[in-house]
Amino acid sequence: MFNDFAAIDLARFQFAFTVSAHIIFPAFTIGLASFLAVLNALWLWWRDDVYLRLFDYWKTIFAVTFGMGVVSGIVMSYQFGTNWSVFSDRAGPVIGPLMGYEVLSAFFLEAGFLGIMLFGRQRVGEKLHMAATAIVAVGTLFSAFWILSANSWMQTPAGYGINELGQFVPENWWAIIFNPSFPYRLVHMVLAAYLTTAFVVGAVGAWHLLRTPESRGAAIMFSMAMWMALIVTPIQIFAGDAHGLNTLAHQPAKIAAIEGHYESYPEGRVPLILFGLPDDDAGEMRYAVEIPLLGSLILTHDLNTPMQGLDAFPEDERPKSALIFWTFRIMVAVGFAMLGLGLWAAFARWRGHLTTSPWLHRAAVLMGPTGFLAVLCGWITTEVGRQPYTVYGLLRTTDSVAPLQAEAVATSLIAFIIVYFFVFGFGTLYVLRLMSKRPKDRVDIEEIGPTRSSGITPVAASPSAPHTTAKE
Amino acid sequence: MVFDLSFIWAGLIAFGVLAYVLLDGFDLGIGILFPFLKDRQERHLAMNTIAPVWDGNETWLVLGGGGLFAVFPLAYAIVMPALYPLIIAMLLGLVFRGVAFEFVHRTARMQGFWEIGFWGGSLVATLAQGMALGALVQGITVEGRAYAGGNWDWFTPFSVLTALALLVGYALLGATWLILKTEGETLQRAQRFARPLALAFLVAIAAVSLATPFLHPQYLERWFGWPSGLYSAIVPVLLALAVWQLWSGLFHGHPMRPFLATVAIFVISFAGLGVSFYPNLVPPSLTIVEAAAPDASLKFLLVGAVVLIPVILAYTAFSYWVFRGKVKHSDGYH
Repeated sequence: MFNDFAAIDLARFQFAFTVSAHIIFPAFTIGLASFLAVLNALWLWWRDDVYLRLFDYWKTIFAVTFGMGVVSGIVMSYQFGTNWSVFSDRAGPVIGPLMGYEVLSAFFLEAGFLGIMLFGRQRVGEKLHMAATAIVAVGTLFSAFWILSANSWMQTPAGYGINELGQFVPENWWAIIFNPSFPYRLVHMVLAAYLTTAFVVGAVGAWHLLRTPESRGAAIMFSMAMWMALIVTPIQIFAGDAHGLNTLAHQPAKIAAIEGHYESYPEGRVPLILFGLPDDDAGEMRYAVEIPLLGSLILTHDLNTPMQGLDAFPEDERPKSALIFWTFRIMVAVGFAMLGLGLWAAFARWRGHLTTSPWLHRAAVLMGPTGFLAVLCGWITTEVGRQPYTVYGLLRTTDSVAPLQAEAVATSLIAFIIVYFFVFGFGTLYVLRLMSKRPKDRVDIEEIGPTRSSGITPVAASPSAPHTTAKE
Repeated sequence: MVFDLSFIWAGLIAFGVLAYVLLDGFDLGIGILFPFLKDRQERHLAMNTIAPVWDGNETWLVLGGGGLFAVFPLAYAIVMPALYPLIIAMLLGLVFRGVAFEFVHRTARMQGFWEIGFWGGSLVATLAQGMALGALVQGITVEGRAYAGGNWDWFTPFSVLTALALLVGYALLGATWLILKTEGETLQRAQRFARPLALAFLVAIAAVSLATPFLHPQYLERWFGWPSGLYSAIVPVLLALAVWQLWSGLFHGHPMRPFLATVAIFVISFAGLGVSFYPNLVPPSLTIVEAAAPDASLKFLLVGAVVLIPVILAYTAFSYWVFRGKVKHSDGYH
């Protein structure tokens, strides 16, 4: 089956597969950890049972997802060595310590306090439990900080020298960590994670509103998610634009490939190619549907700035356009669809029927998984756009690979594919099953008595409420 | 210059690996013992003794991999391709083991399947780690800055022996952990497991210890030469003390002593490996100094390690303190 492929293609596919499978989980848990911290804080503040119930509801989903993130993440920390050993030897002195800091400052923090967050409310008390929950959320953000710094350094290397062994040697750690593309990529990814979570939470809320319109928990979820959609999506679009300008400054070939510009525009006035079929072999865009001048406006915010096309770069230094032309467009389309839903929900909220608009809820359910789609497409765009290099402009992908035989890589690749689809397939099923359970509004309806209208519960009203570790 | 940065880092990485072996060792040991527990209720009780801490325990493995990448990139670049199938098998085993903690509670129909996954994953990960240890002790063929051996160099009688030794060792850690964390019938069962496992582990350590010096002249010199053999002799003496503690702890039904004594046996055996390896990081030829990253990398991460590792140890200890004491069926974490 894999006879026609070289070890390097298989290694690239294996990395793409394992890292794509992995990113799905952190893209969700980064946002979910913060959401849980907010829910727990709201519970402590208002002592309204519904927030504790929502916390417990999402906590279980978090535990399942986080577990899958952990096991798929450990695979990543070994992929560099098993399949990309030359890269590890050369770039290890720079990339390695960044990942070392991720382990020391983030992974241990998350893992150390996760147990207390999940199982420890009654053992440590509310305050320490709140602290543990917040620490887990902060840990996920630390993790994003370091891993995006490492990735950004591979895109826009800075602060390094090269020694006689061909290794990258750190010279200025500040310049390495805060390399030119890092701030943009960090903001873009963290917002993406928040939006991904918001749309999942919104979809779950909408789903339950469609079935049980009176559910308070579902209404709160949906309302919180739609606030996020309204506020964060415009910021994300702005951040994405800034990230694009930064890429144009540092990786012009990537932008040319994303936009499908095979030819340069020395006088500016660049059209925006909306759709088309990029043909990398012929070096042209087939069936292009273009809007004149818009490309210049978006990319340089100026009509007359010259733009390099792929023809400005030697053939062996060009990324291929075929894939990333499309992944980029899907990501952008998802972004605008998210904005649309946010505006729609804001309008419905203004008219007072946010929780009673079935079509809005159906749209929100449909939009639930699109955050993952956008995250995957965005990463494919930036990673494939970095080709043919692992360290942009300095170390080629073909020079980074481990001295492995194709059979070895093919065997492990097949094993990863089978195990991942099986294990994470069931994991996704279990998460969906948890999501299909209706969130409870109250701790225990029989013990509390008749429905309260205000929703504010004095603590004494539910003295026997078993707050956590209740059997699910 | 004995105390240059690379030696400090070799010590820290060794500490990380040892922490992993001890902490995830008892987690994996529980997994290995899984089919020998009485029923589903008891299996889940055993799982609950580690549910709040397993993730932190496994993070030491990421420190081992990530830390090696950071401070000994050359060793990482050579060892990973050399042990390729073992590393992949270990990772896939850990996938099944890790997800099982949550998955067993999320399904009624496939509960048995994920229990088997928990057991099988623990078993595979343990055997892969044990074989990797054996392959490393035997030595790895290096040319230039890359692995130069074959696909199957890691598979030898010696690596099978070390794999079995680690299997028995982890199972013993798991059994003594259960002695510490459970009561009643489960406690008695764990005590019954511990005695034959302790014997088997000692036999295995003896076999590995006798075989090792004959793998390389350096090992032989280290253990039986003069005067280095005199210093090395302290290792078997300490080992005998720990074994005595283990045996008397088991005999008197002491709750904590068997576990701590097993930990001591692991620490001493690990130190014994260090005696054989030094000054190599990857036997037989790659030294600690050669494998080290440039000083700028070592210094930068050392600052973080010096501050953060004590903090990590502190909150890890806190987490164990929070979840201290015997685990009961009624504590169900799910």
